[in-house]
Parts: sequence; C-alpha cells; structure tokens
Amino acid sequence: MSDKGKYKIKQLSIFSENRPNRLGAVAKVLKDGKINILGFSIAEGAGYGVIRVLVDKPETARDLLTKEGFVVKFTEVLAIQMEDRPGGLFDLTDQMKDINIEYGYGYRNPPFAVLIVRVEDIDSGIDKLLAGGLKLLDNVNFH
Amino acid sequence: MMPRAQLEALQLKLLKIQTRRLWECSPFYHEKMRAAGVRPDDIHTLQDVRKLPFMTKKDLRDGYPNKLMMCDRGDLIRYHASSGTTGKPTIVGYTRNDLENWSESLARAMTSFGLGKKDIIQVANTYGLFSGGLGFHYATEKIGATVIPASTGNTDRQLDMICDLGVTAMAATPSYLMYLGEVAEKKGIDIRKDTKLRFGLLGGEPWSDRMRDRIYETMGVRGFNCFGASELSGPLFMECAEQNGIHFWGDLALLEIIDPDTGEVLGPGQKGEMVITMLQKEAFPIMRYRMGDITSMMEEPCPCGRAHPRITRIQGRVDDMIIIRGINVFPSQVEHSLMQHPELGNEFQLIVDRKGHLDTLLVRAELKPEAFTDNIIELNALRERISNRLKNILNISANVELVQPGTLPRFEGKAKRVTDRREY
Repeated sequence: MSDKGKYKIKQLSIFSENRPNRLGAVAKVLKDGKINILGFSIAEGAGYGVIRVLVDKPETARDLLTKEGFVVKFTEVLAIQMEDRPGGLFDLTDQMKDINIEYGYGYRNPPFAVLIVRVEDIDSGIDKLLAGGLKLLDNVNFH
Repeated sequence: MMPRAQLEALQLKLLKIQTRRLWECSPFYHEKMRAAGVRPDDIHTLQDVRKLPFMTKKDLRDGYPNKLMMCDRGDLIRYHASSGTTGKPTIVGYTRNDLENWSESLARAMTSFGLGKKDIIQVANTYGLFSGGLGFHYATEKIGATVIPASTGNTDRQLDMICDLGVTAMAATPSYLMYLGEVAEKKGIDIRKDTKLRFGLLGGEPWSDRMRDRIYETMGVRGFNCFGASELSGPLFMECAEQNGIHFWGDLALLEIIDPDTGEVLGPGQKGEMVITMLQKEAFPIMRYRMGDITSMMEEPCPCGRAHPRITRIQGRVDDMIIIRGINVFPSQVEHSLMQHPELGNEFQLIVDRKGHLDTLLVRAELKPEAFTDNIIELNALRERISNRLKNILNISANVELVQPGTLPRFEGKAKRVTDRREY
C-alpha cells in the first residue's frame, strides 16, 4: 500500500476572499519565495474563491503564505498523464468512469499533457486508475 | 378639542391609576419601584413621573417571555413579537382594551389628515408576529375605510390593486413606496394620472423631508410620517395635515425627552432621548421606557389646534440599532447568531446599503483557518447555514461574506461594527 503514497501530490488550497487582487498577493508571496508554479486553477464559491496551486516546494509555500495571513490547506491530488493530441482526454475517460471526481484541471507539458484530479477516495482511485492501465505521475516530478 | 391644561389633568389622573396598577399587580414593576424608593402615593403632579425608574431594552430581554405581562390569562387575547437585542424576541401581549386603544390611536391620526370612510387603504406592511400590518389594518377598519391587507412583497400585484381597486392611501415603508413608484414608471403607469393614490402612511425606518418631497414630485403622493414600536403596541402616532411633527396622543402616552447620559429631563426644543410611559396599556405596560430614539418636543402649539405634544423627526439613536427594510436590527443579534457557528471567528462587520430603493445587509465574518476546506460545496453549505440562522433571528435576509481571518477591523474601545452607506 505504501507505494501509493508516491502518486499523491500535495496541492495548496488557498482561501481567497472577495477583494481586489487577492491572486496578485498570492503570486507575490510565491515569487518572493522563489517558488515555481507547476499547475493552477481558481474555483469560485459564493462570494469567495479557492485558489489551487501545485508548486515545487509545497511546505515552504504553505509556511510563507500562512505567515502573510492566508488560510492554506494541503489537498492530495493525482496527476494523470495524457497524450497531447486530439482524443487524449477521451482515451482516459473509460478507465475513470467508476471514480467520483470532485474537480480537475489540466495543463500541457510537452510532449505530454497532464490532468490533475481530486477524487473522493484517493486510495481506491489510484488502484482503479492503475488497473485501467493509466499512467500516474510520481510526486517527485513536482516536489 | 381638549385644551392643554385639561389634557394634563387627564394625564395625571391616568398616571396615578396606572402607577397603582403596576405597584399592586406586577411583581416586576413593584420591585422596580421599591428599589427606586417610590410608591403610588408619591405621584401628586405630572412632574412626579420623574420619580419613577427608567425601563430599558434590557428589562424586556430579561423579562422574556412574559415576566412583564400583567393581566389575567383570560384577558390576554393576542401576542405579537419583535426582534430583541439578542436571539430572543420581545413578546408583547394585548388585552381587548389594548387592541382597542392601539387602533384608536392610529385611527385618530389617520382622521387628523383627512382619511375617512370613502378611502381605500392598502396595507403593505408585514402581517403576522410583526405588529405593523395588523396595526394599520385595525385603524383602517376603525375609521370605516376599506382595507386591502396586501402585506409585503409581490409588487406587480400591489400595483394592479392600486390601479384596479382605486386605492387612495398606502401604508408602507417610505423606501418601499419609492420602489413601487419606480416599478410603476417602468410599466408605463403614471401614479398621478392612472391611479387615485394620494396618501402615504409612512414609517418603520428613518427618512427625510427630502424623500417626502421626492415622493410627492414623482408620484403625487403626500407622505405622512408615522411613529410606533412593538413594545408600545405597534404603529401609533402620526403627523396631522400640517405635516410638521408627530402628535403623541396625551391620553395614551406620557412623553419625556431626557439627556441620555445623565437621565435629566429636558425642556421643549432640546434634543434628547425619547422616554415613554403608556398610560392605559394593560397586558404589557410600559413605564418610563427609554426608546433609544433621539428627537425633541416642539414648543409652539400646532396650527391644527390639537394640544397633544408633538415631536420632530427621529434624528438618530443612542444605541447601535439600525433599521433595515423597516425591521429593527441590533448588531448584538448578529453577534449572537454568528457565535453559534464554531467555524467563525469573533469579529464581524455589518454593511448596510441601499440598491435602488431597497436596503441591503451584508454580514462579513472571518472563517477560522481550521474550518477552511478545499471542498467548495461544504463551504457554500456553511455560508448557507449562517445565512439561514441570521434570517431566522433578524427576520430579514442578509448576504453573508466569509473573509480571511485577521482582515476585519479590530477595536480597542467600543467596536464599530456597522457601516451604513444609505442616504435619506
């Protein structure tokens, strides 16, 4: 079971209240801490947002952001490798149909593309995705 | 009409009777008077009312639900409730005489500026536990006019009835009447030409002569200012045709203006806190109750000839109470409600604004770091729970905004929780 741990990627979830340039404030902390952003999305709640970021040094990023007053949490996500061509996402979906996905976002990483997903039950999610023959990225690729 | 001296003699007589009733029938008032060292026999002149102790909102809160009620169960025929200063409402009981005097008071006011049998009065105040709707309802019936119990909301239907039934007067908050005027205009209805609406019975929230002028200019409706409070029964007193100050019927209420800091009674023309003693209330008597409203008594006699005292427009509050869409809101109620949620910190902020003619309330509260979750559905549900609880306590809906801890202003002295951006 322990080898499943290597597929779990630490995503930073940052609470963002409805005020101008909250994103700029987050980005500035990361820049000043020389932290590289690998993946990124913003989710819209009711009158607030959640900024989700994958970074190369999650612990450092969390500490720096917390020091600046931000509310930050680690959330474990999975990174699925896709072919960077038409139908790349479609090829994955058949293996993913039994997994309850809470949210996801993607980015291009030539020669591949990557789909980041937050699943309801991460351990069984890893099993099902691997059993379906999908390639999960090891977290050393990120941190 | 009754001359002032005769009115004051009547007031003294009623004050003596009421003081004796309070002393003899209510453990609460008896104890309060005993502690102040005053007995019914000490009331010889009208000025002796000053010997009686003050009552405040705190007495009402501590008296929940019916420690202040003072009549036989058999005589009690009605309860209304208004927002208290924290989670519990103030429960007000009525006997048949109380309902009678309540409608008499407002009916007298409506007659004083010319409403009568032939009028059709649409009551767009809330009916229910809130005493606004039923107060105008009874008064309308009392003067023999036709009442349309429209209550609040459904502006399209309100307009249809005004147009189709020939409504001549409308009881509402001034901001709602203005809103209605705007909706009418958008629908191509000219209130002046297409309807018979000429009188507005307006109150429940702060407003100004400027607003009155605007209502007249845009709708041809003359707005009459109304004063009341649930503790006193409901809407009770209004301006006469002179539209210059609200008449307080002296046979029903004894009015004083005091310095809110020292408690010293002030003379006519001097601005201070309104203190009211209800002279004939039975179920829920009110003795030297500090209303929290700032006003002054007008010195010169009213050209209408009535000797009953007049007050100027309410000029503010001594406490932090705010009135939103005609409903009294205390920051302490909001605090009480928010503190039931362990996910929130201790700081909060109320922002009151006016969009178009409707008041809005935004409540900002700090989310505790440990309550933060990456799950938007859970966070939205939390916000929904906070909002529902607020609505249950305040009786008005509030927009809730969750903010980052440490971002709301902190106060070393008296907290300033409310930002009111409305202009009257």
